Amino acid sequence: MDISFAAILPQIFTGLVLGMLFVLLAVGLSLIFGLMTVVNFSHGALYMLGAYCTVFLLTFTKSFWVALVVAPLIIGAFGLLMERFLIRRLYGRSPDDPLLLTFGLSLVLVETAKLIWGKIGLTLDPPKELGGVVNLGFMVFPAYRLFVIAVTLAVLIALWAFLTRTNVGLIIRAGTRDPLMVRALGIDLNRIWLLVFGIGCALAGLAGALAGPMRGAYAEMGVTMVIESFVVIVVGGMGSLLGAVVAGILMGQVVGITTFLAPKLAEIMVFVVMALVLLVRPSGIFGEAGLAE
Amino acid sequence: MAALSALVSRHQVIAFGIFFAVFPFLMPYQALASQVLIFGLFALGFNLLYGYTGLLSFGHAAYYGLGAYGTGLALAKLKVGSIWLGLAAGPALAVLGGAAIGFFCLRRRGIYFAMLTLAFAQLLYFIAFHLADVTGGDDGLRGIPLLPIQLFGWKIDLEGSLAFYYFSFVIVWLAVAVLKRILDSPFGAVLQAIRENGDRASACGYDVNRVKHLSFVFSAFFAGLAGGLDALRLAVVPVESLYWVTSGQVVMMTLLGGAGTFFGPFVGAGTYLVLGDRLAVFTERWPLVIGLIFMAFVLFLPKGIWGTLVDRLPRGQSAGVKP
Repeated sequence: MDISFAAILPQIFTGLVLGMLFVLLAVGLSLIFGLMTVVNFSHGALYMLGAYCTVFLLTFTKSFWVALVVAPLIIGAFGLLMERFLIRRLYGRSPDDPLLLTFGLSLVLVETAKLIWGKIGLTLDPPKELGGVVNLGFMVFPAYRLFVIAVTLAVLIALWAFLTRTNVGLIIRAGTRDPLMVRALGIDLNRIWLLVFGIGCALAGLAGALAGPMRGAYAEMGVTMVIESFVVIVVGGMGSLLGAVVAGILMGQVVGITTFLAPKLAEIMVFVVMALVLLVRPSGIFGEAGLAE
Repeated sequence: MAALSALVSRHQVIAFGIFFAVFPFLMPYQALASQVLIFGLFALGFNLLYGYTGLLSFGHAAYYGLGAYGTGLALAKLKVGSIWLGLAAGPALAVLGGAAIGFFCLRRRGIYFAMLTLAFAQLLYFIAFHLADVTGGDDGLRGIPLLPIQLFGWKIDLEGSLAFYYFSFVIVWLAVAVLKRILDSPFGAVLQAIRENGDRASACGYDVNRVKHLSFVFSAFFAGLAGGLDALRLAVVPVESLYWVTSGQVVMMTLLGGAGTFFGPFVGAGTYLVLGDRLAVFTERWPLVIGLIFMAFVLFLPKGIWGTLVDRLPRGQSAGVKP
C-alpha cells in the first residue's frame, strides 16, 4: 500500500471535513450541556432534519444559499419550541430525565421522517458555484468540501465573538459557572437557556445542511453521528467548547486516517481513542473534573 | 384489595410464579409470551442498575448481545453438547464484558455514564458487525440448535412454543428469586442508599465505586441470561442485538413499567411488546406511537405504570422492597 504523504494528504482533508461536522454538532451539544446540564439525544435527529429541510427548501426556492441560511434557522426555531414546551418541564428533576425525553423525541422524529420522506434517502447536489475542484498546489480537492471547512470556521469565530464580546455572551458564560449567582443578580436565566438551546439546535441544523450535498439526506443519518458526537464531547471534556473543537477535529482525523489504512476499523477506532483518553484523563482533554456529576 | 396487595408484596416471588404460570393463556399467541418473559428479564437486569442503583445505562444491548452471542457461539460454533452449558456461556460472557466495560464507565458519573455505556455498546456492535467470520456479521449468527434438556436421566424436548415457554419460565423465575435475594440483602440496601445519596453512602464507609461495579456486573448477568435465552428462542443472533436500538428498547420498557419497582420491568416489557405487536398490524411506523407514549410517561408519569399503580393502592403491613 502506498502510504506516502501525497497519498494520505487527501484523507487528512477528508477527515478534516468530517471533523468539521463533528465540531458543529459537539459545540452545540456542549454549549447546551455546559449551561443547562441537559444532554440532547435528539441532536442527531435535528441534524437529519437540517439535511431534509435543505432539500425541501432547495426544491422550493431553487437557491442553495437561501436553503443553507434558512434551514438552520428552522431547526433553531424547533429547538426553541423544544426547550419551551418539553425540556423546561424537567428542570429540577434528575439530569437523566432530559436525556430520556430527548431519546424518545429522537425516535419520534426519525420515524416521522421515514413517514414523510420514505426510508430511502434523498440525494442533493452541491450548488453549481461549488461543484468543481480546487487546485491547492499540492493536491486537488472538491470545492464544496473546502467551503464546508470555511463555513464552520466562520461560524466558530462568530460564536466565539458572541460569547466573549457581547453582554449576552457574558451572561451565558457566567450562567455556565454559577447559575444561582446569576439569578441572584436579577437576570432571567430562563430566556438565556431558551436562546442557548435554540443556538445549539441551529448548529445541528447547519451541520445537517452542510452534510446534505456530501452524504445525502436519510432518516437514520443522525444516529451514528450523535453517538460519535457524544464521544467527541467526552474526549474533549464536557461543557468545554475548546475541547469540543479540538476533539472534533481529532476524531475526524482518526476516522479519516483509519479509513485509509484499515477501513473496517474506522468506526471502532473512535471508541478505542475514547477508552484510551478515559484511562489517561477521565475528565477529557479540556474537562474540569466534577462538572455536573 | 388491600389484603391482596399486602399478600403480593409479602410474597413477590411466589406471586410472580403464579401469574406467569398462566400467562401464556392470557396472550394472543404463545411465542409472544416467551418474548415478554425474556425481555422482562432483560429489563429486570437493567432495572437493578437504573431503578435500584440509580445508574442510567444507555448501552445495555452490550450485555444482552454478549449473552446472545455467548450462548449462540457455544452451541453453534463450539458444538457444546448440553443446553445448560450453552445457556451458561451467555451470562458468563456478559459478566466478563460487564466487568470490563463497567470499569471504564464508572470512571465518570452522572450523565457521562449514560453516554459512555452507549459508546461501548456501539463499539461491540461494530466489532460484531465486522467480525463476520465468528459472528456471521450482518447476516446474524445462524444454526443455533435447541437441544433437549437432560436432567437426572430425563430428556425433555423443547420444540414447540409452550414447552419453550415453561423452560424459560423456570429459569426466569429462578432469576427473579435471585434478584429478590440480592435486593433484600444488606448489599441491596446499600445499592438503594447509593441511589438516594452516593456521598452519604460513601461517608458511611461503603466503597461506593466497588458496590456500583458489582451492581453493574449483576445487571450484566441478568441481561446476558436474557440474551442467551433469546438466542435459544430465535435460533439465531441478529447483529442488532448489540445495536443501540436494543438498549433504547430496554430503557423504554423499564420506564413504561416503572423503574425501581419489582414487577415494573415485566409490566413494561409486556406493555411494550403487546402494544408493538398490535400496532404493527396497522402501521410499519409503530415505534412512532411508542416513542410518543414514552415521552408522555417521562413528562407526566415518571413512575411508570406499575409505580403509579402501587402508589395508588392501599399499602399493607409489609416492610422492605416495594412490590
